Amino acid sequence: MILFLAYCAVLFSFASGLLASLSNQRQCLLALQQRYLKNTSAFINHCLEEHHYPHFLRQAVFILLGLSGVFAVLAGLSVLMSGAVLTDQIGLGLPWLPWHIRFDALSGFFFLIIGIAVVAVSLYGTGYVHHYKEKDHPFAALGLFTGLFVMGMLLVLLADDAFVFMIAWELMSVASYFLVAFQHEHAANRRAAFLYLLMAEVGALAIILGFGVLASFSDGFTFDALRHAELSSTWASIAFGLAVLGFGMKAGIVPIHVWLPEAHPVAPSHISALMSGVMLKVALYGLIRFCFDLLKDVQWQWGVVLLVIGTLSALGGILYAMMQPNLKRLLAYSSVENIGIIFMVLGLAMIFLDNGHPELAALGFLAALFHAFNHALFKNLLFLGAGMIHQQTHELNIDMLGGLIKKMPQTSVVFLIGCMSISSLPLFNGFVSEWLAFQTALQVDVLDNGVLRSLIPVSAAALALTAALAAACFVKVFGLTFLGVPRSRHSEKAHEVKDKGMLAATYLLAGLCFLVGIFPSVIISLINRVSGQLLAQTLPNDNALSWLWITPIASSTEQASYSPLLVLIGAVMAGCVCYWYLRRDPEKTLRIAPTWDCGFGGLTPRMQYTSSAFTMPIRRIFAKAWIIDEHVNKDFDGAMNQEVKAVHYSLHIQDHSWPWLYQPLERGVNKLAKQVARIQTGNIRTYLGYSFVTLLLLLWVIS
Amino acid sequence: MNWLIAILQTTLFVALAPLLAGWLKRCKCYLQNRKAPSLLQPYRDLLKLVNKQPVVSEQASWLFIKAPYIIFSATVLAATVVPLIAVNLPTSASADVIVMVGFFAFARFFLALAGLDIGTAFGGMGSSREMTISSLAEPAMLMAVFTLTMTASTTNLSFAISHVLEQGLVLRPSFAFALFALILVAIAETGRIPVDNPTTHLELTMIHEAMILEYSGRHLALIEWASQLKLMLYGVLIANIFLPWGIAQTFSLHDLGYGLLAIMGKLAVLAIILAIAETLVAKMRLFRVQEYLGFAYLLGLLGMLSHIILEAAR
Repeated sequence: MILFLAYCAVLFSFASGLLASLSNQRQCLLALQQRYLKNTSAFINHCLEEHHYPHFLRQAVFILLGLSGVFAVLAGLSVLMSGAVLTDQIGLGLPWLPWHIRFDALSGFFFLIIGIAVVAVSLYGTGYVHHYKEKDHPFAALGLFTGLFVMGMLLVLLADDAFVFMIAWELMSVASYFLVAFQHEHAANRRAAFLYLLMAEVGALAIILGFGVLASFSDGFTFDALRHAELSSTWASIAFGLAVLGFGMKAGIVPIHVWLPEAHPVAPSHISALMSGVMLKVALYGLIRFCFDLLKDVQWQWGVVLLVIGTLSALGGILYAMMQPNLKRLLAYSSVENIGIIFMVLGLAMIFLDNGHPELAALGFLAALFHAFNHALFKNLLFLGAGMIHQQTHELNIDMLGGLIKKMPQTSVVFLIGCMSISSLPLFNGFVSEWLAFQTALQVDVLDNGVLRSLIPVSAAALALTAALAAACFVKVFGLTFLGVPRSRHSEKAHEVKDKGMLAATYLLAGLCFLVGIFPSVIISLINRVSGQLLAQTLPNDNALSWLWITPIASSTEQASYSPLLVLIGAVMAGCVCYWYLRRDPEKTLRIAPTWDCGFGGLTPRMQYTSSAFTMPIRRIFAKAWIIDEHVNKDFDGAMNQEVKAVHYSLHIQDHSWPWLYQPLERGVNKLAKQVARIQTGNIRTYLGYSFVTLLLLLWVIS
Repeated sequence: MNWLIAILQTTLFVALAPLLAGWLKRCKCYLQNRKAPSLLQPYRDLLKLVNKQPVVSEQASWLFIKAPYIIFSATVLAATVVPLIAVNLPTSASADVIVMVGFFAFARFFLALAGLDIGTAFGGMGSSREMTISSLAEPAMLMAVFTLTMTASTTNLSFAISHVLEQGLVLRPSFAFALFALILVAIAETGRIPVDNPTTHLELTMIHEAMILEYSGRHLALIEWASQLKLMLYGVLIANIFLPWGIAQTFSLHDLGYGLLAIMGKLAVLAIILAIAETLVAKMRLFRVQEYLGFAYLLGLLGMLSHIILEAAR
């Protein structure tokens, strides 16, 4: 039954893709209808009318996609509730290689994440896609690949052998390539899409090699066989390294993140939301499945690797995010940061697991999965919000926005909630997972290894720095986008989004961010079942009042506890008391007056702080983190060239990883290609000679 | 009963904060050969502001008007977490020290947004500087606090203070580092000299004042009160974590009164030290602040490492 729900989710996403591909086939459908269905209902006729058809089709496609999401949520929840492990075989593919399917708590949890995101996106989609012109940006392509993309992600979670896993993985990668390249009229988008495809394939190769290492120590490619592979610790480490490379490339860890800030922003916003919010989580799922399930005996050294990579990604991600003036690029970099945090906590879980503290490992695991869930919620919300801003202002550069809080009041509220969640402020969901991450890191006292004992606090310090920088970054985002005075005509002319579906999607996500922040124990109890199955260890959460408190270590409030609900009640009380006390006298209502302009007069929007001005102190303090190319040119005029007529300012900020990693790599590949080209003489006799020699060699080998 | 004492303690916190500000001002005046205003002057100022009609800019959105209430509430909530006169109160269990830092971040988030809301250069300047400084100060603060929490193996401030009380006077190198780091952070976070000067309105130097330049009336009163509360919170944190003696462990009237006297005495001494420091030290350049806070961060880290290596070694 549960498995049926999961299949339904996959099939509905596939169906939505197929239906979308019919969008240019109205004539064929009409012909079909006339041939087979003589007396059809008025509704179908109505739908097939020329000017109604695209609209109905879009609606239907997104309804199917939404159903897929609903079923994914249902399937995920029911498998988490029942705690069952369901397996199945489907006779697809080669006759002696049936598809193995397995649906357990871990897959279920990620089903839940994908489901929520897909429901939100399908609510949002109808309103968002209708501004694409059918001639330049056909809906058939967008809908088809969105369906396939979601289907690929769901299948990755269901896969129980390496073949199905890789097929689904490639489906996900390739479908999302077409989505990134959707607006292919810009050369930059094509370049981003190619970079994405290239890195996705390199990552897939690493994953295949990782499975290969496991498979060579076992009989077969089913996960069940891989689980029983007897690996030496060296080979296990090699497999782990390949998995980190492969899945990390998809997840976007530093330094193999460069495709992410290129590819995510150029896709349509709801797709960026899916890619950043969900696809990165699928990569995370792959890593967890590979390390905690297939390899089983994790080694603490791996944990250290993840911890270091995670710390680098978290810090690097947020520092780069800070410098971006493009809203969607900024959000993409901030995904790098959040993935870094998740990797960090997973690393801690590994360290504790190998050192014989499964209960702390479960805590780390909990923090990691919880943060993954939260990140999916708020990053989806922020990307969808960015899409709304883009739709209304045709602008993504935050230096050109401003004052939107008055033009788009509803969008601004949900966006504010998203910003507060991602800045991990109390009462919102981001804070809970960060709190759990800190609690995990603070348990370092139980370890015996001196290096670990000093490394983990340093990474906790880096986490604290990351959180604080994230808050600064999102103050910048919200402050410059929504507050102040409009900086351009576009943002001055903006008005609220009309489409109810788009608003509903963001309200749904914002509401979840808040509710999860207030009642985190619901999600915690779900994740507990995952860690129960995977690590055979759950957190003690048997307290009668456990819905009210989170007490991660032992079931007492002795060590640490956090009760968001009580905090909320306190906040409401404090807020009300001071509000009512001060507003009691109606005589003293506000007086509206012009802003103080220091007596000079003429405040203009250009006097406001811009993105690069806001981040200037940070840029100066962490100057080494970027390659900064800053130029100030002055045009002089007047007598003796003394008067400054105009000042030109340009600022380019580049990632260190390009000159350090990618450009040498590119040069190397080019050099190698030149060497290979030497044997290509262009002479057919030489090529015949090669064939002959190869044949001889092969014959020799065989005999 | 316990809840009653908890609410009483929070009320005391809120009520005493302007007194501490007044005392600090008085000490500074004495040291600088100026005539000191009455100890109650901050109360009078607040009362005056509350009774004035606030003037709000035309550009302001709802966020600007609501922000003072949010800032004040978040700071009061942070105050509920910190034990002032007694430990083991029920409110301290609902949130720990990380949550307290979170509340500060919450208040700061809205303060910075309010600064950006008006659309003047001053607001943006203040917000930018405030967020920069806080993003360096917050990790330093967490490091210092974590040193303590690791020693007591709890992040709950109340239990941590009880732990220090039980241990008696032990000279720990980690505590010395953490104390010093926390003091440095406290000075930066509460906007005192040498990081920021609360009495200046000079555009090159202001940070906190630049953000709240457009506020007036009751809104300004709330923000001023919140920053006085924040100063007191840091003072109590330093006094009660590192020198908790005197704090009430049972809820008898005698103990509570004794606890109140003890904390007032400790805060008075701390304020004198702060006044002396502010008189002796000049304000530093904005881009020297990162060195200052980097130093605090390093001290916090050293404290933690020395705890791990020296004190908890096995």
